[in-house]
Amino acid sequence: MNYSDPSIVASTDAPFLSLDGVRKTYPGVVALDGFSMDVRPGEVIGLVGENGAGKSTLMKILGGVTRPDTGTITVDGVTHDGLTVEASIGSGIAFVHQELNLFENLDVAANIFFGREPLRAGPLKLVDRARLRAQAAPLLKRVGANFSADTPVSALSLAQQQMVEIAKALSIEARLVILDEPTSSLPIAETDKLLGVIKALKADGISVIFISHRLHEVERVADRVVVLRDGMLAGTLPKSAINHDQMVKLMIGRMLKEREKAAESARPPGSVALSVKAIRTAAYPDRPVDLDVRHGEILGLAGLVGSGRTELARVLFGINRSFGGSFQLDGKDLVLGSAADAVANGIFLVPEDRKLTGILLDLSIAQNISLPNLPAHSRRSLVSASAEAATAEKQKTDLGIRAPSVQTRTGTLSGGNQQKVVLAKWLAMKPKVMILDEPTRGIDIGAKAEIYGLMRALADAGVAVLMISSDMEEVIGVSDRIAVMHEGQISGILDKDRFSQENVLLLAVGKQPK
Amino acid sequence: MSKKDLGLLILILVVGAVVAIINPRFLLPINLANTSNLIGLFGILSIGQAFVIITGGIELSVGSVVALLGTLFIDFIAVREMEWPLAFVLIIALGATIGLMHGWLITRLKLQPFVVTLCGLLIYRGVARFYTADGTAGFAFGQNFPELEFLTAGRSWGVPNSFIALIVIAVVMWVVLHRSVFGRYLYAIGKNEEAAKYSGIRTGRIVMAAYVICGVLTALSAIYFAMYTRSISPASHGQFYELYAIAAAVLGGFSLRGGEGSLIGVLLGTVLLQELQNLVNLLGIPSSLNFAVMGGVILIGVLVDQQWGVFRARRRMLEATRKGVAGAAAE
Repeated sequence: MNYSDPSIVASTDAPFLSLDGVRKTYPGVVALDGFSMDVRPGEVIGLVGENGAGKSTLMKILGGVTRPDTGTITVDGVTHDGLTVEASIGSGIAFVHQELNLFENLDVAANIFFGREPLRAGPLKLVDRARLRAQAAPLLKRVGANFSADTPVSALSLAQQQMVEIAKALSIEARLVILDEPTSSLPIAETDKLLGVIKALKADGISVIFISHRLHEVERVADRVVVLRDGMLAGTLPKSAINHDQMVKLMIGRMLKEREKAAESARPPGSVALSVKAIRTAAYPDRPVDLDVRHGEILGLAGLVGSGRTELARVLFGINRSFGGSFQLDGKDLVLGSAADAVANGIFLVPEDRKLTGILLDLSIAQNISLPNLPAHSRRSLVSASAEAATAEKQKTDLGIRAPSVQTRTGTLSGGNQQKVVLAKWLAMKPKVMILDEPTRGIDIGAKAEIYGLMRALADAGVAVLMISSDMEEVIGVSDRIAVMHEGQISGILDKDRFSQENVLLLAVGKQPK
Repeated sequence: MSKKDLGLLILILVVGAVVAIINPRFLLPINLANTSNLIGLFGILSIGQAFVIITGGIELSVGSVVALLGTLFIDFIAVREMEWPLAFVLIIALGATIGLMHGWLITRLKLQPFVVTLCGLLIYRGVARFYTADGTAGFAFGQNFPELEFLTAGRSWGVPNSFIALIVIAVVMWVVLHRSVFGRYLYAIGKNEEAAKYSGIRTGRIVMAAYVICGVLTALSAIYFAMYTRSISPASHGQFYELYAIAAAVLGGFSLRGGEGSLIGVLLGTVLLQELQNLVNLLGIPSSLNFAVMGGVILIGVLVDQQWGVFRARRRMLEATRKGVAGAAAE
């Protein structure tokens, strides 16, 4: 451990937790590579890094869900090669996840002591409700809760629910509380409350690891910041050196790698195809979004996870309703009441979750491709198998879908080929606006390059392409323009001459680009 | 015909052969005609249920609808002396309305099919009993409707017309379910409603249409049942018929999760159920055991089918592993 800051080395406290040389690989990916860090009692560590930097893997290792390949974890003076879930809980590590794990139908006290309820004497072992509440009350007081132990969880706000999670952590005498993106779905006033709770934990000598994309919050509460990049420790910042620019610099810190890029645009962008004005999504009902997508361009939509991009895509495709605002397609007003309306107008979506919403795994390739346009593949309302097969054969050849035949069940294909089937069903129709949400997630490099090529071909044919992606290199390599979302709003639009990872990241955290 | 359907057909033939050997009366024309009449009545009902189950829904009010619409039909023609074709059209329209209402509650107001149709089950039977003041709806002495009686309870070339009606309906519905655009949508929605929606299908309308089809076929069978029994006491008429219909679909290879099953399957399921009923009568099994026999056979049938699937999956995996090992060794 060689931290550059002398004040930390000089600290007399023994660390509660230290990781030393932790490495974890998954097939084809090194998720963590020789990562070391330590956490002292009562210390608040801000853990930051881009999507995919290795934060989730680190959490899984600390939670005992997965074992590192090499390296050691020392908790409270005891060194382990890897934790089990029981060992993790037993040594006082508690998690508060982004998605809360509360039973909404139970009250606060029942949630805090779930599975550990105080019981009444007697053969029936009934739950002692009075004692349950009495035990919960002081815990709630410690986290500064302004609600009582018998409030149903469903009546609490998100921040209050997080307080319950933290109270639950305190109830098992947690010594390290790990907060994973706790503020990503909180409004600002609620965030302040949560940051207050973190300070209260610190005052009690409990350590906190605070994972967040919201750098200004990290700035406010962290005693030390640990930056992860590509599974490695990119650097640590002592309290005095914590500032926005330093964090961003460490998060990026590398040159653009050599990679497959989509070809340059062969044509100047055309007129505005889809224009949205002041639409608001359910995720951020108080933030209006304005956005124009032009014919012939690939507009990259960047932003951190939870910034509202997928919500926007779902509204543009008519799956979710927008709160107010208006849509225009080629200058004409558009009403989007359902996905069927969007499809009828040539607005297509390649959704983020391929297996749940992109395709029907049980149907054949041909049946998937014809599904959105079945009436065109039928005569007198009867499906024409030969027309279906003909369309599918053409798409199979055009897109290079690797499958024994178009009658093959889609579920048996690889991720890349499944994604091509999703694309094929829309390409077989006449797209005007093509929205792709994380189009290359979980897809191997070869298929990625093919999908980039297809997107460029579409744009060159005059289609307006909107690509949502969390892969920074992809956004910069493929897009003609980049719009960045931050907390439900477009925080800025970059033209090609201002493309840089730093600029995208600055906009993504709500700062102005350079 | 799928392998599943073929297995069911073989089962029907084997059971039939065994019953015929033990009691040759099974093959008497009068017994066959009676059984095929019942197959006709229950078959029409079950096809309607099948359309709902394919979407992942369920229709529990079928038996009560048979009671209510049957009561109304007899009341219309016997008491109110309505022309029977008019009464017929009215009853079918009522069935469609009930289906539309259920579909609307389920797709627009997002209520669970089980809840909506369970309430229907209670409501329609209550209304039917109230309508007749808990009495019996029947024809007065000497009342005759020759054409209607011929079409519903009569025979052509010794075959009950209700059975012929089932065959005609089955052929039409087979085309709708297995060949039409609408049928494809039904399967797609049953397999994965979200993905169907993301393909631009108006899933709400399609599901609603399935409930309307179920309502219409139920109304039609209600008329057949009414003309078969000729007198209806609404407290018991049609009781448990929804379960016969669901059982036929399940036996026929339908998954209650939706997206699976064939028209031939539900037909064969109906045939097997009626064959079992007949078996209970002919083999001198106490008729109080009727339901127990049905339940037992369905349980065994579903169990065998499921275990067979597990066995085949395991064998496939073993083969793949063996191939993989051999491949690795070759390298």
